[in-house]
Amino acid sequence: MPSQNGSVRIGVYVCHCGFNIASVIDVEAVAQFALTLPGVVVARDYKYMCSEPGQTLIEDDIKEHNLNRIVVAACSPLLHEETFRTAAERAGINRFHVQMVNLREHGAWVHDDRAAATAKAKDLVHGAVLRVHYHKPLQPKRVPINKAVLVVGGGIAGIHAAITVANSGKPVYLVEREPTIGGNMAKYDKTFPTLDCAACILTPKMNAVRSHPNITMWTYSEVVQVDGYVGNYKVKVRRKPRYVREDLCVGCLHCVDACVFKDPKFPDTFNIGMNKRKPIYLPFAQATPKVVVIDPEACIQLKTGKCKQACAAACERGGINFDMQEEIQEIEVGAIIVATGFQPFDATRAPEYGYGVYPNVYTSMEIERLVNASGPTGGEVVLRDGTRPKSIGVVYCVGSRDERYNRWCSRVCCMTALKLSHLLKEHTGAEIYNFYIDMRAAGKGYEEFYQRILNERVHFIRGKVAEVCDWALDPSEEGKLVIRVEDTLTGYVRRIPVDMVVLAVGLEPRADAQEVRRIMNMSCSSEGFFLEKHPKLAPAPTYTDGVFIAGCCQGPKDIPDTVMQAGYAAAEAMALADTGFFEIEPNTAHIVEEECSGCKSCVDLCAYKAISFNEVKHKAEINPVLCKGCGVCVASCPSGSIRQDLFEDEEIFSEIEGVLATV
Amino acid sequence: MEKSLMTGSSGGASSWEPRIVAFFCNWCTYTAADLAGVSRMRYAPNVRVIRVMCSGRVDPQFVLDAFAQGADGVLIGGCHPGDCHYVEGNYKALRRVEFLYRLLEDLGIEKDRLSLVWISASEGDRVRVAVNELTERVRELGPLNLRHRYEELDREVEIHDRHSRTPVRPSEEVATHV
Repeated sequence: MPSQNGSVRIGVYVCHCGFNIASVIDVEAVAQFALTLPGVVVARDYKYMCSEPGQTLIEDDIKEHNLNRIVVAACSPLLHEETFRTAAERAGINRFHVQMVNLREHGAWVHDDRAAATAKAKDLVHGAVLRVHYHKPLQPKRVPINKAVLVVGGGIAGIHAAITVANSGKPVYLVEREPTIGGNMAKYDKTFPTLDCAACILTPKMNAVRSHPNITMWTYSEVVQVDGYVGNYKVKVRRKPRYVREDLCVGCLHCVDACVFKDPKFPDTFNIGMNKRKPIYLPFAQATPKVVVIDPEACIQLKTGKCKQACAAACERGGINFDMQEEIQEIEVGAIIVATGFQPFDATRAPEYGYGVYPNVYTSMEIERLVNASGPTGGEVVLRDGTRPKSIGVVYCVGSRDERYNRWCSRVCCMTALKLSHLLKEHTGAEIYNFYIDMRAAGKGYEEFYQRILNERVHFIRGKVAEVCDWALDPSEEGKLVIRVEDTLTGYVRRIPVDMVVLAVGLEPRADAQEVRRIMNMSCSSEGFFLEKHPKLAPAPTYTDGVFIAGCCQGPKDIPDTVMQAGYAAAEAMALADTGFFEIEPNTAHIVEEECSGCKSCVDLCAYKAISFNEVKHKAEINPVLCKGCGVCVASCPSGSIRQDLFEDEEIFSEIEGVLATV
Repeated sequence: MEKSLMTGSSGGASSWEPRIVAFFCNWCTYTAADLAGVSRMRYAPNVRVIRVMCSGRVDPQFVLDAFAQGADGVLIGGCHPGDCHYVEGNYKALRRVEFLYRLLEDLGIEKDRLSLVWISASEGDRVRVAVNELTERVRELGPLNLRHRYEELDREVEIHDRHSRTPVRPSEEVATHV
């Protein structure tokens, strides 16, 4: 055994974690066993090692027994390694002389057999005890933090995060894929439960983004590449050509009037295709920036080069430029807040509800636009043939809580459906039938809102809709959409004929969430939303330091929760920037020069180009700034002359020896 | 079959239990194993997990050493192809495992005793499945007992040496210079 700091003196601490560990693993026996292992001076079990008395226990032992290595057998190192490293450091030993054994997540929580789980625990402790003999004193590496923050996505989450960070005086880049910020929220008519107008509360925030001196807003742009590490990210942003100069356009719309298409002819995506727009358009009245954009798929000039370019002639400021090219901008930021939002469930995936087959089946998103004063019909709720619906069925949980589509509850659809019921009643006076499974109204003022709608002479039928069809069984169903449902409160199967069906579609991850995840080096949870670092205590940080998530890209949530998470992500990014540095694990690789044979086999293996070859010395060299500590080169070196701090060969070999030592 | 997985290593002579050493990468598979714990999934207690930053850190020598030290099976877990936290460390792991398969067969160790799996941080259940599957496969193969095998070889060599009086193996002195 090495004798770097004199003899190795180890303390082993086995945590009960209340009953979490102790109910399955014989913690006392594990501690007793640890006492028999080489170098172990003290071994104890304690109810909560992470508590203050638990930590004090370790600190006191370090001083009293002159310990220089600590093994804590408790929960996952990903949870409490920092706690025990800091405790050890307080007592005067190097923080990297601590090794954790994962008895909870990898032991007590996954096994029932007490004897087998205890045997496993002993083996793991044995491995850790042998391992710490080889631990060396190390210093954490400090990297400086660039104060600039990148916010990806300009919906309400991105807008709120950007303004919050910018208000603290840090430069912010807000990158939005669409020609305007606003996201999904800009499409809503009213917001539950207060029924205040979405545009009225959102527009001031959009304006604040545009006019904020610390915010650089890039719409119609996408992040294409992220390199670097916490505090020092290098980001490439693709700025798509909008063929209109942002610095010249004032949003007068003379160009739109002048366009050679006298009538709008192309689907208006903002209104979910329910009306038409011209090739040159402003997405909606409050679009921010108030700059028009030309759709290259529709514009004659861009498609054929043979247009008289009436729009360009109409622009007295000369703002239209058909030669505009895509640009790649490179920026450097310290932190990234990803707020890329959700997409509504595609209702055509649930064919039993007839969306896309029967013209009068709508999604909740379409109704949001239909009831809106700036919507396709100017706020007039009419069917596709122009008539007013006299009866409307609202189907809840479309695409949510369904094993065939998405298993999760989308959290907002119940409230959205209640809100739309209210608005539709208000606009049409029609009979409204709500078909729900469970009414989920958890939120401030939500249950009260539900009670309010219950008193608005709206019908509620508890049952999952089986089918929407146009097959009339009697004259009253003729020409109507028939909703077939089991009313689970009365126990009858019912057929309810209506003029209009509204599908309260759920929220799901965006189609390209996986692509974004890869660019950001994040993980996704199993349903495809971005994975937070901890589901309860770190719901905005991710496993990639310096990358935070906010809003519905992390999971379905309503506007208040989105804003709260965005503020939290902003606070994390600001704390990072204000600290000015970040401590990273000193787990980089280095070359033992005397042993390097100069074979160069490591040089090409490094994904970060951290290894170069010194032709003079005929040795490989590792740049510690570029090294990320994966250990690929260490495993490849034929002469064993590359070492990785914290994961040295001896450390791992001794761990192998330890976990297998008991025959 | 599921029941036999759950029995402990204590007991009589017939109670041999496979011993599995697992090398899990910090970012994906180790985190997934934590998730399996948080989700209270149940899997065979035969596995001993060693955390590495990347599956690309797994030196083929670690695998051979584990077998030599008494492991009956070795499991390596990394991020899915294209998802490696370190860009492409998992591809390196893949190549090394392919190389190890050939080497193991040459050494007389069934290649089924080594398994490489891709498990992302959200796939706790795949940890359960991977551990149970390898445990079961190794149980069918029986104990590897590499130490014992070499003891036998050593004994044979010794007997041969005694009879021929000419050492087959190079002397210790020569060996240290190899």
